[in-house]
Amino acid sequence: MTARFEAIVIGGGPAGMAASVTIAAAGHSVLLVDEAAAPGGQVYRATFPGLDAGPVQGDADRRLGDAWRARLRGSAVQVASEHVVWEVGEGFRVSALGSNGSVSWRARALVAATGTTERVVPFKGWTTPGVFGLAGATVMLKAQMTLPGQNVVVAGVGPLLAAVAYKIVTSGGRVAAIVDLSSASDWLGRLPAMATRPDLLARGLMWMARLLRAGVPFHRRSTISAVHGAARVEAVDIVPVDGDRRPIPGRQPISMPCDALVIGHGLVPQTDVTGLLGALHRFEVARGGWIAERDGNFETTIPGLFIAGDGGGIFGAAAATAQGELAGHAVSRHLSGHSTAGEIGRLRRQLRRAQRFGGAMAELMALRDGQVDAITADCVVCRCEDVTRAEIDAAVDAGATDVNQMKAWTRCGMGPCQGRSCGDVAAAIVGLRVGGRVVAGKFTVRPPIRPLPIGKLTGRFDYADIPIPKPAPL
Amino acid sequence: MAGAHDSVDVAVVGAGVIGATIALFLARGGMKVALIDRGLICRQASGVNAGTLTMQMTRVALIPFALRAHHMWATAPQWLGHEVGVVVCEGLSVAFTDGEAELLAERAAKRRTAGAPIELVDGARAGQIEPGLSDQVKLAGHCRVDGFANAYLTGIAYRRALVDAGASIRENTRIVAAEEGASGYVLRAQGGAMIAARRVVLAGGVWLQEMAAWFGQRLPIKCLINQLAVTERLAPVMRTVLGIASGLLSLKQYPHGTVVIGGGWQGIGDPVHGPRAIVPENFLGNVRLASHTVPRLMSGRIVRAWLGLEAETADALPAVGALPGHPHVLVCGSVHSGYTSGPYIAKLLAEQMLGHAADLSLQPFDVARLIEGANSPTMPP
Ligand SMILES: Cc1cc2nc3c(=O)[nH]c(=O)nc-3n(C[C@H](O)[C@@H](O)[C@H](O)COP(=O)(O)OP(=O)(O)OC[C@H]3O[C@@H](n4cnc5c(N)ncnc54)[C@H](O)[C@@H]3O)c2cc1C
Ligand SMILES: Cc1cc2nc3c(=O)[nH]c(=O)nc-3n(C[C@H](O)[C@H](O)[C@H](O)COP(=O)(O)OP(=O)(O)OC[C@H]3O[C@@H](n4cnc5c(N)ncnc54)[C@H](O)[C@@H]3O)c2cc1C
Repeated sequence: MTARFEAIVIGGGPAGMAASVTIAAAGHSVLLVDEAAAPGGQVYRATFPGLDAGPVQGDADRRLGDAWRARLRGSAVQVASEHVVWEVGEGFRVSALGSNGSVSWRARALVAATGTTERVVPFKGWTTPGVFGLAGATVMLKAQMTLPGQNVVVAGVGPLLAAVAYKIVTSGGRVAAIVDLSSASDWLGRLPAMATRPDLLARGLMWMARLLRAGVPFHRRSTISAVHGAARVEAVDIVPVDGDRRPIPGRQPISMPCDALVIGHGLVPQTDVTGLLGALHRFEVARGGWIAERDGNFETTIPGLFIAGDGGGIFGAAAATAQGELAGHAVSRHLSGHSTAGEIGRLRRQLRRAQRFGGAMAELMALRDGQVDAITADCVVCRCEDVTRAEIDAAVDAGATDVNQMKAWTRCGMGPCQGRSCGDVAAAIVGLRVGGRVVAGKFTVRPPIRPLPIGKLTGRFDYADIPIPKPAPL
Repeated sequence: MAGAHDSVDVAVVGAGVIGATIALFLARGGMKVALIDRGLICRQASGVNAGTLTMQMTRVALIPFALRAHHMWATAPQWLGHEVGVVVCEGLSVAFTDGEAELLAERAAKRRTAGAPIELVDGARAGQIEPGLSDQVKLAGHCRVDGFANAYLTGIAYRRALVDAGASIRENTRIVAAEEGASGYVLRAQGGAMIAARRVVLAGGVWLQEMAAWFGQRLPIKCLINQLAVTERLAPVMRTVLGIASGLLSLKQYPHGTVVIGGGWQGIGDPVHGPRAIVPENFLGNVRLASHTVPRLMSGRIVRAWLGLEAETADALPAVGALPGHPHVLVCGSVHSGYTSGPYIAKLLAEQMLGHAADLSLQPFDVARLIEGANSPTMPP
């Protein structure tokens, strides 16, 4: 039997929590599905059960996360944690895998609040043990309470650099260097936008002050060109880049000893759900890549399918919350036909401020052609299938003019992650050759949108109960 | 005919395995050929199919063609010049119930009469041939001539061969109409481009019905929406090609470790919108059947399921030959298990067009039998 709800929200980050609480407050039945042990998503990630997270004061993310989790508990939202959504079909039918196998639910309205995946632009040695994603490291630090290493280089771009370095330093680790693709003027130029959220700006400045006090060296307008060490990271090479983030030729790299490298080059919206349902998407480099088209009410080109949070374009956690609430109101209107509370105006103003701040950060993190140019031929782009840049270029030489043909001819994106990690960079490589990202296209999304363990899917069954269709013609 | 930019001996419309094979042999035979596709080469059925090269899912009437085609696939590097990842191995079609055993015996006998070297073996013997097989098998058809290709490599292999042979490949060119001209036909593409050709080959897979209509003919083509799934790379769990008596399962493990699960379970889609969505019940049924047959699959993970469109005529036999009233417009397609037999049937048609003597006759598949209504020799206005 398929349980029915008026609305289902997929993803329990700030956007999904806010959307589901808002929908429930309007009196509609709503299910919130999330793969983690507890709602929270990336920023408001809950600590793994049993781990002592230390004092909650001073950790604004934890405080906000705990507050939202409390609001969820006090609401009529039904929460299905530890359920991985693997298929979404028309009519909205959502199939998820939990500890008791696969379950399906139906709903009249659906909110995709699935967040983002991290982009790492490959470089020599990036698959060496001891190299971690920057966003991924926040999970280690927040949920598992472990340090990536004792002497860590933090590299890449965006506000997470300082956030992660601060967290390492205050958790007793050493940060060997911060290597930032952007320049001081990139940051200064964004100050007016950042000033729209003085609280977040102040927090960022506090992180920086603490890092400077700890004597952490900053390398601005620089990147990591290579990792040294075979069994484990031993050192990294730091080189300066030009305005397009291309390493400046002929400059001697600085070698920096370390035992871990934490690196990330921005976030890519996760468009699996909207992709599966065939919503229209457009490419917007400043928003992180391909995003679903949506109207002012967060409704996509598929009626009843709404999108909120970073999965609909990178704007950050504060904007994700406001979008979630607004999308929640829109869903309630969609379900009942009449509008809800009069707080829409306030929410929209709040969203505008948050989006100015988050939008500026997203632009800072947007992928530049110079970063893609710099990927060397022998560099592995698709880790699941061990596909190098040279192989991708060879497929283009052989006549592949979009990413799906390139994929067929190389296996790039065919492994367990289905291109969720490499897809954006692989498409950027193809895009450089075929006339841009729109021509290069995006990997077609198919179920399961997460790897599906066969034994868990099939459960126990009798052969006689398999509904085998009638024989093929002879 | 004004505005015709290009003029070729033969325009082949549809760059699946059928169209690409015809274009290749015509180009090698000295003709000026344009191979036209509305998308990219071999991205429809021919690039997304399960790649099984088996006699045990082939229709009896096609067995002689399939055996010759199997040899073509097995020797692809020699004649095509490029790898399509073909593995030649043994195959088993199994029966778990008495009903299936009866069906299997009957089908195996008919296929054997047509030339397929299929022997019936009991469950114990089947378990020796395929150590990964379930111990529930009652009876199996064992065929030495079996195997599989890596369908997603079809496009790159053919594209390279076609470029070498001097064929012109026009991708992202959707033909929308055809007109009769002074010395043949003019094909009109969306966007206005024109291609003039003395002869035209329609190799449009499930879109053959639409293509025949350009010439005022009604050729009904049914569209099957086949679902497939693939696992992550697994340690070896099987070494043969496996199917079941009814034909509703196909299973094999690629050298890199992935297992492809198919058998023609149906999804949602149509020729206008393409493949749209899997049917979760059918996906589950197919996966259960697969893991019942090879129990070690239970510990693997599925990473992707997908769909493709397969064409079927009213009598489920191929549509090949000239459209009535249009001796220079040739159709080729709707070959059941057409990835297996397609290249051979396509090659026969190309040789016929080049005036060469043929090994087997394509007469039984004459498209004229399938055309509905009056065989109008005139063009639409
Ligand atoms: C690893 C990571 C760490 C980050 N850390 C920070 C940080 O510390 N500070 C910061 O400001 N920003 C961080 N970000 C940026 C982040 O995108 C935030 O802006 C914010 O979390 C966005 O909120 P959201 O609700 O849109 O998505 P998220 O918070 O990402 O929430 C999405 C949720 O959906 C779940 N989900 C997705 N797909 C499925 C599925 N198929 N089935 C079930 N559940 C699913 C995810 O597990 C997740 O819980 C991080 C991003 C990433 C990828
Ligand atoms: C999922 C699936 C699994 C299968 N598994 C097997 C198997 O294991 N073994 C086996 O033997 N067979 C299998 N088959 C069958 C086999 O794939 C097909 O019979 C064969 O590939 C058909 O080739 P084709 O060239 O006729 O058609 P297609 O490959 O479909 O080519 C037709 C081409 O025509 C083009 N076209 C259409 N309209 C136009 C237009 N207006 N202008 C220009 N171009 C146009 C299309 O873009 C397309 O590229 C399977 C089929 C599917 C769908």
